[in-house]
Amino acid sequence: MKFGQPSTLPRWAQLTILPALNIFAALLVTGLVTWLIGENPLECLKLLIHGAFGYGEGIGYTLFYTTDFIFTGLAVAAAFHAGLFNIGGEGQAYLAGLGITLTVFAFDKVLPFWVLMPLCLIAAMAFGAAWAYIPAWLQAKRGSHIVVTTIMFNFISYSLMLYLIGHQLIEPGSQNPTTREFGQNAWMPAMQDILAGIGIHIPNTPLNGSFFLALIACVAFYLVVWHSRWGYELRTVGTNEHAARYAGMNVTKIIVLAMCASGALAGLSAVNELLGSTHRMNVLFTNGIGFVGVAVALMGRNHPVGIFLSALLFGALTQGGLDLSFAKPMITREMVLLIEGLVILFCGGLENLFEPILAMFFKRGK
Amino acid sequence: MEQWISLLGSTIRVSTPLVLASLAGLFSERSGVVDIGLEGKMLTSAFASAAAAYVTGNPWLGLMAGMFAAILLSMMHALVSVTYNGNQLISGMAVNTIASGITPVLGLAWFQQGGNSPQLDDVARFQDITLPFADSISRVPVVGPIYSGILSGHCILVYLTFLVVLPVVTWVVYRSRFGLRLRAVGENPHAADTAGISVARVRYLALLCNGMLCGMAGTFLSVYQTGSFIKEMTAGKGFLALAALIFGKWRPAYAMLGCLLFAFADSVQIRLEGVPLPIIGEIPSQFIQVIPYVLTVLLLAGFVGRAVAPKAIGIPFVKSR
Repeated sequence: MKFGQPSTLPRWAQLTILPALNIFAALLVTGLVTWLIGENPLECLKLLIHGAFGYGEGIGYTLFYTTDFIFTGLAVAAAFHAGLFNIGGEGQAYLAGLGITLTVFAFDKVLPFWVLMPLCLIAAMAFGAAWAYIPAWLQAKRGSHIVVTTIMFNFISYSLMLYLIGHQLIEPGSQNPTTREFGQNAWMPAMQDILAGIGIHIPNTPLNGSFFLALIACVAFYLVVWHSRWGYELRTVGTNEHAARYAGMNVTKIIVLAMCASGALAGLSAVNELLGSTHRMNVLFTNGIGFVGVAVALMGRNHPVGIFLSALLFGALTQGGLDLSFAKPMITREMVLLIEGLVILFCGGLENLFEPILAMFFKRGK
Repeated sequence: MEQWISLLGSTIRVSTPLVLASLAGLFSERSGVVDIGLEGKMLTSAFASAAAAYVTGNPWLGLMAGMFAAILLSMMHALVSVTYNGNQLISGMAVNTIASGITPVLGLAWFQQGGNSPQLDDVARFQDITLPFADSISRVPVVGPIYSGILSGHCILVYLTFLVVLPVVTWVVYRSRFGLRLRAVGENPHAADTAGISVARVRYLALLCNGMLCGMAGTFLSVYQTGSFIKEMTAGKGFLALAALIFGKWRPAYAMLGCLLFAFADSVQIRLEGVPLPIIGEIPSQFIQVIPYVLTVLLLAGFVGRAVAPKAIGIPFVKSR
């Protein structure tokens, strides 16, 4: 079954009940596991929610992670709309980090913030897009399967970046494989500084200006996919490639462009991580955010509003899960991975599980 | 000379889990079900087998537990891919993510060692076996070092893999009734269906075999190689096995050659770490690590030979509309 196939459900139910059922099923299984290892699931849930939303720093961290997941979720969704599964967001974000680092190293001594920041954004998007371009080109021109190629490209990016950070970009004299700190003119302004400017004071967190960038990306994604000629072509290719070709669309070009857009979006998550938070590049700074994007896009039904909400959910799970693991020594932060996997399973793999049941229910109502 | 002997010996050892996993992938993919979840199944079975071997003190019970855990995940994959006609790639990714999540969660709860398992006692581990006469003929030129240095001194799983599993899998896939059906279902499920073969049944059976082999692969890692479960210990081996499967064009013997090649590269890389070579100097280990992945990309793109996947791969079989 292809993505974006018309559903038998009313649209509102498809966008509300179905994801709710899916997340409920995922949480139920996780609760069961929690109970099995001898913890009280409800108490854990309470701790998790408090960790994510209960206090200022928690909210800041939640929104910081949300920013990452919005970008990677939109990235996966952009490819999904063209009927492609981009599992390579991780590598694309990693490579985008390289683009940012090279730009900053070249210019942070000479250029002011207002010139350097846009340059960094362009570099992040360009490197992310370039890393997605090769698998896309290989799929469109040489027929190699994009999923396998992007998986291989993830591993290639790990080796490449490990080499570059460890041997070429490493801070001289440092023991850790990390680059030198970026100049202050390359820092994305922190949210506490932005809000302090208008008289609102919030606790210090890594939340930064990239959050607004993510919101802009959501709006732009909506406008491009549903209200532009290019978006129409994108969705046509995703729904029926043959029809698209018959209608005179250049399928090759659209596939390549969709993957490049996907890679560029994934690349922006590196902006949030490097320019917004760490201000230097570490080995494996992506830490799985590209894979979370798959869960986010599946649960958000490839729509920016859904992606924002499910990114928020995963941001909350990440931050709340960290807090939970501090409060409960028996629970590790990998619990979040379990939930993520179950969400991927129920929303993506088993998307046909609840839908026929619901559809029957709706038919009977008529 | 001695270096070559130990290099080839370790190549065989390192390649064993890869061979098992890529044969597992072969069953699944030949039946038309994509399996990017090899990694997760290996990881889960590595955990289950280490846990069982630790509790019972018996490596064979560990192996059973590992196979059982991998089969459970395989059946989940089958449920999604065959029964619910879901997206097989997404299901495979779910398997991987769930495995990365559940193993440390249970590991911490059961053993309180940060998600790893305790080190196994020697009796709970598979031991190296010295083949008969290995000592006495080790001084014979050529044959001696090959026999006692390369072939002898592995654990039982290594011999099982190369002497039993590989021939049996090859025979099953190419010579048995099930194998014929397996390939038919993977190439053209509608034709197979017309001939009275149950596509779903064949695919479920294929995934059962897939789980068993993944279980062996995972067990090899934890109950033999490291002697304990370590978080994320598969470290991409499942994907490496998938790469070898593609490299071998979905054929058992060629997939094994791919695994041996990748394992050889891995063994070379460990030995070259920090050693300067004549003319080119020191090779960063990442350059060698990346070879299998680059090769796979080139192969899939048809720049180096051509790898053509089973025709029906990844497409859910819908009997009628």
